[in-house]
Amino acid sequence: MTTGRRHLDLAAFGARLSGENAPEYWRALEELAEDPSLHEVLREELARESAATGEGVDRRDFLRLMGASVAMGGLAACTPPAETIVPWVDAPEQLVPGRPLFYASAMELDGVGAGVLVESHMGRPTKIEGNPDHPGSLGATDHFAQASILSLYDPERSGTVRYTGDVSTWAAFVSALQATLQTLRGSGGEGLRVLTEGMSSPTAGSQMREILQRYPAAAWHTWQPVTRDSVLEGSRLAFGRPLQTVRHFGGADVVLALDSDFLAREPGFVRYTRDFMDRRRVRAGAATMNRLYVAESMPTPTGTMADHRVAIPAGEIETLARAIAGEIGVGTRVDAGARSAWAEAVARDLRAHPGRSIVLAGENQPPAVHAIVHAINAALGNAGRTVHYIEPVEANPVNQGESMRRLATDMRAGRVRALLILGGNPAFTAPADLEFARAMDFVPFRVHLGTYYDETSARSHWHVPATHFLEAWSDTRACDGTVSIVQPLIRPLYNGASVHEILAALNEDIRTGHEIVRDFWRERARTGADFDATWNRWLHDGVIPDSALPPVSAPASGAIPAAAPRGAAGIEVVLRPDPMIHDGRFANNSWLQELPKPVTKLTWDNAALMSPATASVLKVANGDVIEIEAGGRTVQAPVWSVPAHADDSITLDYGYGALRTGEVGRGTGTDVYPFRTLAGGDIVRGVTVRKTGRRVRLATVQMHHELAWELADGAGARRNIVRSGTLDRYRENPEFLRVPGLEIKGGPSLYPEWPYETYAWGMVIDTNVCTGCGICTIACQAENSIPVVGKEQVLVGREMHWIRTDHYYKGDPNDPDIGMYNVPIPCMHCENAPCEPVCPVEATSHSDEGINEMTYNRCVGTRYCANNCPYKVRRFNFLSYADFETESYKAMRNPDVTVRSRGVMEKCTYCIQRINEHRIEAEKDGRRIRDGEFTTACAQACPTRAIRFGDLNDSDSDVARLRAEPLNYGMLTELNTQPRTSYLGALKNPNPELARRAAPASSTEPAE
Amino acid sequence: MDPRDPRLPHPQANQPGPQTGRLERAPTIGPGHSFGSITDKISTIVLTRKTSGGWFIGFGIAFAMMMMMLYAIGWLLIKGVGIWGNNNPVGWAFDIINFVWWIGIGHAGTLISAILLLLRQSWRTSINRFAEAMTLFAVACAGLFPLLHVGRPWFAYWLLPYPNTMSLWPQFRSPLMWDVFAVATYATVSLLFWYIGLVPDFATLRDRAKSRPWKILYGFFSLGWRGSAKHWYRYESAYLLLAGLATPLVLSVHTIVSFDFATSVIPGWHTTFFPPYFVAGAIYAGFAMVLTLAIPVRKAFGLQDFITMRHLENMGKVMLTTGLIVGYAYVMEVFYSWYSGNIYEMYVMFNRAFGPYWWTYWLLIVCNIVAPQALWFKKVRTSPLILFVIAMFVNVGMWLERFVIIVVSLHRDFLPSSWGMYSPTRWDFMLFFGTIGLFLTLLFLFIRFLPMISIFEMRTLLPEAQVHED
Amino acid sequence: MQVFHRSANTLSRFSIFGAVFLVAFALWFVYQLNRSPFATGQRDVVTQPVPFSHEHHVSGLGIDCRYCHTSVETSSFAGIPPTATCMNCHKQIWTGAAMLEPVRASLREGEPIRWQRVHRLPEFVHFNHGIHIQKGIGCVSCHGRVDQMPLVWQEKPLSMSWCLECHRAPEEFVRPRDKVFDMTWEPEDQDEIGPRLVRDYGIRSKTNCSICHY
Repeated sequence: MTTGRRHLDLAAFGARLSGENAPEYWRALEELAEDPSLHEVLREELARESAATGEGVDRRDFLRLMGASVAMGGLAACTPPAETIVPWVDAPEQLVPGRPLFYASAMELDGVGAGVLVESHMGRPTKIEGNPDHPGSLGATDHFAQASILSLYDPERSGTVRYTGDVSTWAAFVSALQATLQTLRGSGGEGLRVLTEGMSSPTAGSQMREILQRYPAAAWHTWQPVTRDSVLEGSRLAFGRPLQTVRHFGGADVVLALDSDFLAREPGFVRYTRDFMDRRRVRAGAATMNRLYVAESMPTPTGTMADHRVAIPAGEIETLARAIAGEIGVGTRVDAGARSAWAEAVARDLRAHPGRSIVLAGENQPPAVHAIVHAINAALGNAGRTVHYIEPVEANPVNQGESMRRLATDMRAGRVRALLILGGNPAFTAPADLEFARAMDFVPFRVHLGTYYDETSARSHWHVPATHFLEAWSDTRACDGTVSIVQPLIRPLYNGASVHEILAALNEDIRTGHEIVRDFWRERARTGADFDATWNRWLHDGVIPDSALPPVSAPASGAIPAAAPRGAAGIEVVLRPDPMIHDGRFANNSWLQELPKPVTKLTWDNAALMSPATASVLKVANGDVIEIEAGGRTVQAPVWSVPAHADDSITLDYGYGALRTGEVGRGTGTDVYPFRTLAGGDIVRGVTVRKTGRRVRLATVQMHHELAWELADGAGARRNIVRSGTLDRYRENPEFLRVPGLEIKGGPSLYPEWPYETYAWGMVIDTNVCTGCGICTIACQAENSIPVVGKEQVLVGREMHWIRTDHYYKGDPNDPDIGMYNVPIPCMHCENAPCEPVCPVEATSHSDEGINEMTYNRCVGTRYCANNCPYKVRRFNFLSYADFETESYKAMRNPDVTVRSRGVMEKCTYCIQRINEHRIEAEKDGRRIRDGEFTTACAQACPTRAIRFGDLNDSDSDVARLRAEPLNYGMLTELNTQPRTSYLGALKNPNPELARRAAPASSTEPAE
Repeated sequence: MDPRDPRLPHPQANQPGPQTGRLERAPTIGPGHSFGSITDKISTIVLTRKTSGGWFIGFGIAFAMMMMMLYAIGWLLIKGVGIWGNNNPVGWAFDIINFVWWIGIGHAGTLISAILLLLRQSWRTSINRFAEAMTLFAVACAGLFPLLHVGRPWFAYWLLPYPNTMSLWPQFRSPLMWDVFAVATYATVSLLFWYIGLVPDFATLRDRAKSRPWKILYGFFSLGWRGSAKHWYRYESAYLLLAGLATPLVLSVHTIVSFDFATSVIPGWHTTFFPPYFVAGAIYAGFAMVLTLAIPVRKAFGLQDFITMRHLENMGKVMLTTGLIVGYAYVMEVFYSWYSGNIYEMYVMFNRAFGPYWWTYWLLIVCNIVAPQALWFKKVRTSPLILFVIAMFVNVGMWLERFVIIVVSLHRDFLPSSWGMYSPTRWDFMLFFGTIGLFLTLLFLFIRFLPMISIFEMRTLLPEAQVHED
Repeated sequence: MQVFHRSANTLSRFSIFGAVFLVAFALWFVYQLNRSPFATGQRDVVTQPVPFSHEHHVSGLGIDCRYCHTSVETSSFAGIPPTATCMNCHKQIWTGAAMLEPVRASLREGEPIRWQRVHRLPEFVHFNHGIHIQKGIGCVSCHGRVDQMPLVWQEKPLSMSWCLECHRAPEEFVRPRDKVFDMTWEPEDQDEIGPRLVRDYGIRSKTNCSICHY
């Protein structure tokens, strides 16, 4: 929705930050919070569920009026309570009450920035979208960006500076810091250590360099749990220096991913998955696809897209890599054992596409594998074509493991006098064998800058609350080095400080974060005089033009490191960051906690993921808690068996189990960090597994174990829910997935057809490019203020997500190359919606634009509609799920959407609030809504553009054309529901050589 | 008051009395009774006989259960339906199961009173009052659930078509809408029917009551009945009229209830033969419940002379017949699902028989189909104990039938991804048994304060009451 | 042997019929009550921190609605003027008026004036001023003769049926765009201009639930 974008002029901005508006609002809010009568009335209101949606305070106006606060007064009898309107004292320009503004910014995670557009309602950020102009985003976002809005308003974020746990002040901290620095200055900063997370902020980099000049003896350490050390070391092996790879999937016909989830997790995936999928959109007249080979242990979104997939323990990837390399002529030939046939076929295919292929390896694969990959890419002539290399975007590209080891040893040796931990929670996440937390006690002056008062804070003298990226100025680099300015949208809600401000304090620099960043770029901007204009353009665009790092020519030394002696055989454990709460930093984010993880569809927990075969060998069932032991370290985790997982391999997600996050995250999952050591790395071989006899209930939103069997006998295929085939079959007959008698335009109906004079909204979802990442779900959650229900409610099957991604297996669960398909399911907005006639009060009805409306305030909650919905997309507020108390969440919610109370049905509305907004705008200028003028939240966030939304009446619209595609089909059309949401069938592009594995692909072809 | 008034169009006019010689038919009233003895026997239960300890114990238990129901309802209103086990995909469970179960039970009353009256089945006489009361109480229990199962009961009145400031009408296409009318009508007519039938007996009680307050109370309800010929004439025509009115209702109510399911698209619900199947099931359940109550009461109050073996046997026969119809329906369900060739229909039947809830299905078959087959034997039909046991089986079976139809169909429908499991919470059970408590409480009050058998109609069964057209 | 006196018959007959009328009356009463100002809050004058008189400013001084309600054409929310707007004039005139002290105080201390809301819609109703203005619905149609209100009150019931009156038959209320802010304009012949304007302005009678409820 770039239409609404404003560039932010400094005056207004200064005004925002210098406290006219934001503080205005917050003051008002605090008054509210302290006003007991409000809580009085609030409780009363909630008890009575007065307003149809039960919300005591009129949240929409509360938000809509800048600086408005809604106080509830008088006796709330049968008339709504009295409200006050609080206008501006002095209104800023370009801010129209009731209209949102969009600001460009960027979110940095693990040292890589993603461009975002932030929707701001009256000074309060409410929704995050991707920035189409940003190379790392192209308009889409990852789920972390979507969820970050919730973290911003998280009432449990740390709110005050603390000294040994007691409340203190920023000033007190600064003076204490200065005092300590005084003692160190003489020795040139001997014993001063700064520990940051991996970050790419050029400003922060230069600040650190200044500090190191001022204190030559000081040192800068870096640690992020999701470390990329082996990538770094790999490139050292290959090029002799650390380099970062930039990939161009647009030019790649064949891609080989060695245990790499580059489509849904690794840095820059939002961009990469888009490029990759652009080569897989099979349309009438363009029947070409790239081919993806995947070798991995745990099935990932990338794995579900594979045309050929081998499930092998992560520890055996190296052998496979060597074998393939050998076939290609890099290094010596190696026997890949059972997989040699596969390896040969892949190698032949790669050789057949010199310069038009990409090989990549996962972050937790050892350096050797990365070196091999570089060598292969060089040998295939991909370097310079489909991949190129740049200097690392990290400001401090060091081997973080080593950096931490040095820090820990120095700390123990008492060589560290002052330790500043800027961000992160190393006491929780540092490699277990360093015993970092204990080592901290040796340091006389410890400072922690963190979002929560966590394990590290508790072990520090000083804790300083960190700002959210929407609260402070900064800058960051995208995966290709492009710089974005991070501009805040609101004053710090919990008066925190940014990294820049702390570093400034270290530098005795009194400038604000805003000045620091701006001055840094003023020097570098080659514009000179009219820097303001340039600066404003950067802010508006969200990127600094041509700031991408230049390609460096790096001839990979063809040499491959000799195979290291393989560790003990037996069962291996693969440690990886949790797909949702990452390294644990999002543990208190309930949206991410409840977002079903790809493939497993687990929520609120991590588990020991293993193949059904391995589970039966170990004689364990889902939920059985097992104890895993290796090198004297043990960890306990519940079992969850995942079809298509490699045998003799257990996947453990780290990040869970923190004890000092807020109430939301506390006690969820198990902490596996104690199992993660520098020595062991992320792939621990030769573990022993023991059954503890304890059991844990794991909350999944899809009964997989059942499903696997259900689909094994082809029921899923016969139900024609998933339709897939091969590219060749498509070439023979593009309509081969059509089922006679199952056309969307259904049979006759007793009721007359609906006339659609104006618009006919529709959606087409391309299952061929859906990775099942779940970003659509969380984007929808953010847009439509969908409540979370918690693990207990998920266990009884009451999750509220309006769009879910169903994950289907195809074929025998024990087949390593089992087919996996992702089917996002929003409301189908049927022409003959079964839900409509059964509602006794007409709370759900059909609009003249084909929307299946849900009128919350009319709903009495018979649940008949949900029963009668064949797609089961309706969600019922069995209890009062929406949080009506927390003030900050009121500010967060989308003011254009009603919050639903208990006893009310809700479901996907095709983002009706967006439709209405744009219809009104279009009507005002007396025109029709243009195709692509807006789209639904899910479609907008989807990195692969699998979801397309638009007007079916407009024959040129994207969605109308897709609906005419031969691969288009409707779900359960035999019920004559005539769904508005339709699908494009999934195609695989198997290698004829490996045809045997391709065969099952036909088993989900429709049954005639 | 003279029941032999020649102008009386007695329903039993040509009922062969014992002296007609056709003795093979067991009598519907024990020998050696006179007008007086009947009146005494029945009215004393209400008036003079001091309340037995058994009554107090039974009433106490029932009342306690009713209190439990009120507690469950209170908590429900505070927290919301989330306290139940209902979920997605199982949006309806105990709430609607109990509703249909109770409504079903509520069928026997009107059937016995109205239809058998029109069919001039004299043997109905001793049990009709009883059955009607039962009907009322069952409908009362049933009526609770549609109200309580909605998410926001305080807006339930939106289901009624009334002029409102939203200028909105309810959705007349929705079966739930039809339910509102069907159940309401049924309740009203049943109440009237029951009350009209009571009027003459109220008069009797008024006349025989000792204390003044009771005289006034019964007098108030007897509407000044004097038993004049005029009264009897009006009474009979009104009663017949209501019988005529009630008869179609017996069929309509459960037909419409069955539409809740039949009109949907859910496999296992979307079936054309639900109406007859449900009605038969309802009568089946109804008679089972009448037996369940009649047998103990008959024993407790020594009414063997009035509720004779013949009554029990006839009811057994009715149960056997309706049971066979229900059995036929079960078979047909299986046949259709196979014959339809529709994978969803086929899967539903497969899932019922072999899915996670297989035991409910087979238990249902045992209770509703296998057990009642014993009724083929006269020995069984004439043994109160065994009849009671079988009736119990059927009560359970009919509840399970609704469980299988509602829960087992819902928990696995079209998209395997949305399949789920259902397990009731303690609140589900508390509400269910609570309504049983309500039912029994009302029943205990009824047998204590009202003549559970129609006095004057019993008298018309006496030989000397017979009018001879020869 | 009757318990009651004969008169009881009359009494009972009367009460039976009486009950019918009683019920009917009760229903009628509730029906009326729901539409009465008591329920809708029509016409009760809200006291404001500053007794701002629309009558004086609009008909007296002839200030246009949009001078204060700036966003009424562009946004869903008509807009309440910031203190600065008031002071534009009142730093010249009535500078000492005690009545205006709260306004001056507001500017002085940067404390906003807290106005009492007069036209309240439930939280689940979404109303957009901009589109109604653009489609030729006059301020008067919903707010009444504000130019004659010393203190503003709610003129119309603001009930759903009232909204639907217009949404179902816009031609009966639509007016020329240039007359939207005209407090006094009266149509010569609504039957004539109504349908024409509906055509010209491309007004579709929108009565879907999701037009207002989402």
